[in-house]
Amino acid sequence: MINPEKARAAEVMRSGHMGCPGCGHAIGMRLVLQALGNRAVVVVVPSCVAVVSGPYPNACFNVPMFHSAFEIAAPTAAGISAALKIQGKSDIPVLAFAGDGGTFDIGLQSLSGAADRNEDFIYVCMDNEAYMNTGIQVSSSTPQFAWTGTSPKGNTRRKKQIMEIMAAHRIPYAATACIGFPEDLMRKVKRAKEIRGTRFLHLLSPCPTGWKMAENMAPMSAAAAVETSIFPLYEIVEGTEYTINHIPKGLPVEKYLSLQGRYKHLGQEEIRTIQAETDRAWKELQRRAKGG
Amino acid sequence: MKKFLSGNHAVAEAVRLCRTQLVAAYPITPQTPIYEKLSDWEAAGELGGLMMRVESEHSAMAACLSASLTGARTFTATSSQGIALMHEMLHFASGCRTSVVMACVNRTLAAPWAFWADQTDSLSQRDTGWMQIYCEDNQESFDSTIQAFRIAEKVLLPCMVVLEANFISHFMEPVEIPDQKEVDRFLPAVGIPKRFDVDNPGYVMGVVSQTQFEGYRQLSHEAMRYGLETVEEVDREFRTQFGRGYGLVEGVAIEDAELVLVTSGSITSTARVAIANLRKKGLRVGLLKIRLFRPYPTAALRKILDPIPRIAVLERNLSLGREGIFCSELKAALVNSPTPHRIQGYLAGIGGTDVNPGLIERVIMDGLGREQVSDEPVWMREEKV
Repeated sequence: MINPEKARAAEVMRSGHMGCPGCGHAIGMRLVLQALGNRAVVVVVPSCVAVVSGPYPNACFNVPMFHSAFEIAAPTAAGISAALKIQGKSDIPVLAFAGDGGTFDIGLQSLSGAADRNEDFIYVCMDNEAYMNTGIQVSSSTPQFAWTGTSPKGNTRRKKQIMEIMAAHRIPYAATACIGFPEDLMRKVKRAKEIRGTRFLHLLSPCPTGWKMAENMAPMSAAAAVETSIFPLYEIVEGTEYTINHIPKGLPVEKYLSLQGRYKHLGQEEIRTIQAETDRAWKELQRRAKGG
Repeated sequence: MKKFLSGNHAVAEAVRLCRTQLVAAYPITPQTPIYEKLSDWEAAGELGGLMMRVESEHSAMAACLSASLTGARTFTATSSQGIALMHEMLHFASGCRTSVVMACVNRTLAAPWAFWADQTDSLSQRDTGWMQIYCEDNQESFDSTIQAFRIAEKVLLPCMVVLEANFISHFMEPVEIPDQKEVDRFLPAVGIPKRFDVDNPGYVMGVVSQTQFEGYRQLSHEAMRYGLETVEEVDREFRTQFGRGYGLVEGVAIEDAELVLVTSGSITSTARVAIANLRKKGLRVGLLKIRLFRPYPTAALRKILDPIPRIAVLERNLSLGREGIFCSELKAALVNSPTPHRIQGYLAGIGGTDVNPGLIERVIMDGLGREQVSDEPVWMREEKV
């Protein structure tokens, strides 16, 4: 367990964030920054991560920070990182926060370019599975059947497998994490900090507003995503070495889906489809973790 | 030392001599030889700075602007579709008050596809908050690149050095290249603010209110005004040290002129020949070259053009549904002139067609003899022989 006193002493995120009550991002970004420490430069881009950061002249992060443009979290971080190296400050890590839209969709090209060049930064995708900042619209991270404002009958596409895409770039380190497992999350940030090159964290960050849940449900629903194997916790080193960090309890997916209003229209057939895909993906992940 | 160089390689020489710390670039014809030359030097350990071979022009500008905010001297080069893709980032680079320097090698914007000189690509970035310098030849492209770093780092606004495809980018000319010590004397080590200081953390570009936004825009506009003085001052100092200077605009054979031809870029050097020919024939005609387009040198222009009755603007760019962009800008600049002018716009060289002295002489003769000025531009083409 995290010692609350110790956690408070290392706080990098101050009070006064502008997220909705119960925002998963606020919890996730706070944990990431605690693990990163305050001698770092942080990039945020349009997304709920920029909402959490606060409007001028308020800033809830006690680190130098740059609010860059939507689709350029990766090259922005790369530019800062390169300039710091030129100035002999290569000990200062650069970390970029982007949302799922800024990562899976509009920022994918620039992220792929930076990962291909193995630019030196930590990239944290704060995944709340839709364009929440603009008011809940479907992204390519939105899971199948989920309601959003632009998928009113449920999303017809399946969630894009961003971890496989990042692994295909053979970057030194990629990991999934979620706010339901804070120690695991912070350990991964610290591990990433010790590595050079492109490091990618896919952080599931439930959104009470967009997922249609009560304000106290973000960490619990994140934990349920892990325990149902919908969002397993694992790491990938050099794009090929998979390690599973937590064996899920194998709860039925309904235990996760039923927590969220965005799935309330689902019938048994859809739930069976999600269960079957979850089982298949979990087996595939286990196969990879064992080295095939 | 004199070297025989293309305009592209002249720009690359300047970038290296300016001890540029980060070059982020993406290939596009006709800019690519700049990118390749800098890569050659990097591979040979002669560049001094880092190169980032990005996956798009959009990311090139993203990396340049963030590195500039970190305090580094940065450069990129592009053309045509590349600068169009960069458009969003151009606003961002100026809004952040960075000192990025970019060479834009003017090329036609598709569709249809073509690879030739046309200024519409850089001119359509007019409102992005970049300073823009239009170069007449290879030497001026070299000199302006060196000047651009000093200007951008003093004004804290990005600066674009503009040269046309082929006529400048690929044609070879003798270019005077000073040695490193001389350039170092002119351009001191980079001293722009370092915005990301872990010992004094701050938030760059947070969301602002309506009134704050308005205030920032006003400040940037004032910086542009300051830019006008700075471009002049830097050019003057450059002339003192290197013996070459260009001004904001340049008037040629202006005294007693009944008509002044206004040009920019490579057409200017051809127009010098045409004007000299016509002066020899006793015609009272002069030339005005526009070098600086943003900030717009209204006062410098008016000083020369206010007493001139007839003005012909000749250019290789077009704002569809209006006219040549330099012509519109010029008309607007002269609207408060005490004397009335007859200003006629001419389009030539659009799509990179050749603009030879004969064609320019025909433009001038048309302007001199014209009873009625048309609000529409006149299309001029080479006569078929």
